[in-house]
Amino acid sequence: MAATQVVRSEWTKIRSVASTVWTLSLAAVVTIALGMLISALSKAEFDNLSTRDRLSFDPTFISFAGMSLGQLAMIVFGVLVVSNEYSTGMIRVSLAAVPQRGTFLFGKIAVATALALAVGMATSFAAFFLGQAMLGEHKASIGDDGVLRAVIGGGLYMTLIAMFSMGVAAMLRSPMLSLGILMPFFFLISSILGNVDATKKVGQFLPDQAGSKIMQVVTPIGDDTPYGPWGGLGIMALWVVAALIGGYVLLKRRDAQ
Amino acid sequence: MIEAVGLTKRYGDKTAVYDLSFQVRPGAVTGFLGPNGSGKSTTMRMILGLDNPSAGHVTINGYPYRRLPNAARHVGALLDAKAVHGGRSARNHLLCLAQMSGIPARRVDEVLGVVGLHEVARKRSKGFSLGMGQRLGIAAALLGDPQVLLFDEPVNGLDPEGILWVRNLMKSLAAEGRTVFVSSHLMSEMALTADHLIVIGRGRLLADMSVKDFIAANSAGFARVRTPDTEPQAREKLSAALTEAGGHVLPEQDGALRVTGLPLPRISDIAHDNDVRLWELSPHQASLEEAYMRMTQSAVDYRSTTDQKAGLQQPLPPGALPPVPVPGQGQPGWYPPPPPQQGQPYAPAQAPAGTPAANPYAQPAGQPGQQAPQAPAAPAAPPANAPSADDLTKPEDAR
Repeated sequence: MAATQVVRSEWTKIRSVASTVWTLSLAAVVTIALGMLISALSKAEFDNLSTRDRLSFDPTFISFAGMSLGQLAMIVFGVLVVSNEYSTGMIRVSLAAVPQRGTFLFGKIAVATALALAVGMATSFAAFFLGQAMLGEHKASIGDDGVLRAVIGGGLYMTLIAMFSMGVAAMLRSPMLSLGILMPFFFLISSILGNVDATKKVGQFLPDQAGSKIMQVVTPIGDDTPYGPWGGLGIMALWVVAALIGGYVLLKRRDAQ
Repeated sequence: MIEAVGLTKRYGDKTAVYDLSFQVRPGAVTGFLGPNGSGKSTTMRMILGLDNPSAGHVTINGYPYRRLPNAARHVGALLDAKAVHGGRSARNHLLCLAQMSGIPARRVDEVLGVVGLHEVARKRSKGFSLGMGQRLGIAAALLGDPQVLLFDEPVNGLDPEGILWVRNLMKSLAAEGRTVFVSSHLMSEMALTADHLIVIGRGRLLADMSVKDFIAANSAGFARVRTPDTEPQAREKLSAALTEAGGHVLPEQDGALRVTGLPLPRISDIAHDNDVRLWELSPHQASLEEAYMRMTQSAVDYRSTTDQKAGLQQPLPPGALPPVPVPGQGQPGWYPPPPPQQGQPYAPAQAPAGTPAANPYAQPAGQPGQQAPQAPAAPAAPPANAPSADDLTKPEDAR
């Protein structure tokens, strides 16, 4: 009963502010457009590639190249959905209306997650098909082995990134602090840690590094990642669960301000 | 019914609220008074289960807020008028609150009408003035038609018409048998609105009594007596004579005397007997504001100091006198008496201009007239062009 009320209310909250529409559209547009651009460039560069690189050529993964930027907009969406309550002071009104804090937080996250999933899936499929169109004769087909898994995985990846951001924002409360930590982390630090040899062993267990494995169809030569595509997504999901539990525990215990 | 028992809240080593116990009863407006930072808002947040008390507990109808069945339909609150997402329209703001508590959407349009915001209902609240924000917050508090209402500084930023509206709203809500708890830092406002007062300072309870008792206990009347400036010895003489007659004489900054304990005619008689001429003999009522400030002065957290303007002022030319300080400025513990022309700041808006003014000094001694500035049962206001002759016979303070 209380849960359905919260879900309806959170849906009103999300659709009645412009920032939701903006961040989600930006996530879709950036992911698709950048994916198309890089697909087109890869097609032009294909003939110059070494044999080794040609064997690792993964048309599906290339069409998702825009996600490195597009995920930032997803992060902003996840952070704003939660921290708007704190930056406006609305949290006190909300928690006075719904004293069951768990119901409130998870109702909010459920609505935002459903929306992120819808947008993420649509973006992932669009990025795949438009990217493949750019790749011309090098394209992959949706019926190929593992491709459908990678495309659906792309949508799940974007959803999980948004959920992780919601959990972090629930812990940190301030939108500036949350974005100031999440944006550089996912845009720079994580990819540096995941690609530098010295830190790779640890870096590959970071949420985005592990999660993006789901979008790979062709395993690069010499890849020694200790988990598969679903294993990687599972690692990412564990991060999300940890962030949400952290957010819930803090919301439950702290004063609402 | 709100009941707090030993309520205490600490933030680190700062105690915001200490051992607060009080009851807020239904059917009356209870004013919650205290200087800025005295713990009013913290207490209100604890009542709503938003902040956890460090010790003690507070209940509404016997339940802690978080365990109150259907809390949002029982309790309505205005905590902070700015707690609104500026990009959301007023209607959508209320709609999401209504949906959260399972209140039908048509109730949103009803309360928008009640607070007078129906015309701007679809405008973003970003562009709202402080007063419109307060109205929106009050609308949110009224949404669930609750039996218990909490308002934190509801008149902040409202125009006089809005203040009157809030005042009447509070009274009518209480008259319907609801519990109404209103915080303010303005004694004058509370004297008009509230039936009962809870005064706190530095998080501690200073007073818990009805407004009537508060006025009786705290607002003593006095007479201001001024003798000719040219005869300081006359002033001394009168002062001694008045003291001898049982009065209490307090010299004021500008040379006047503040006399308590003697009716005006008696003071005049004594002056006449002692052959002292008077330049002024006027009745005054110490304001509630004054009583309240006296009560809380030791508990004020933020006090202004005299602006030294060090290094900002040009040195005085030789021979020039330093500026005379304004009386009362920067002198702790000294509160100016109400200026004669201002009237009582706490007089009801619909002042009972027709009622015979009860003046303690115009009556025989031994029968201290109890002037009730807050007159809930005041007779209907007379026609606008009330007899001005009547006004002339009244002491200025009662106007």
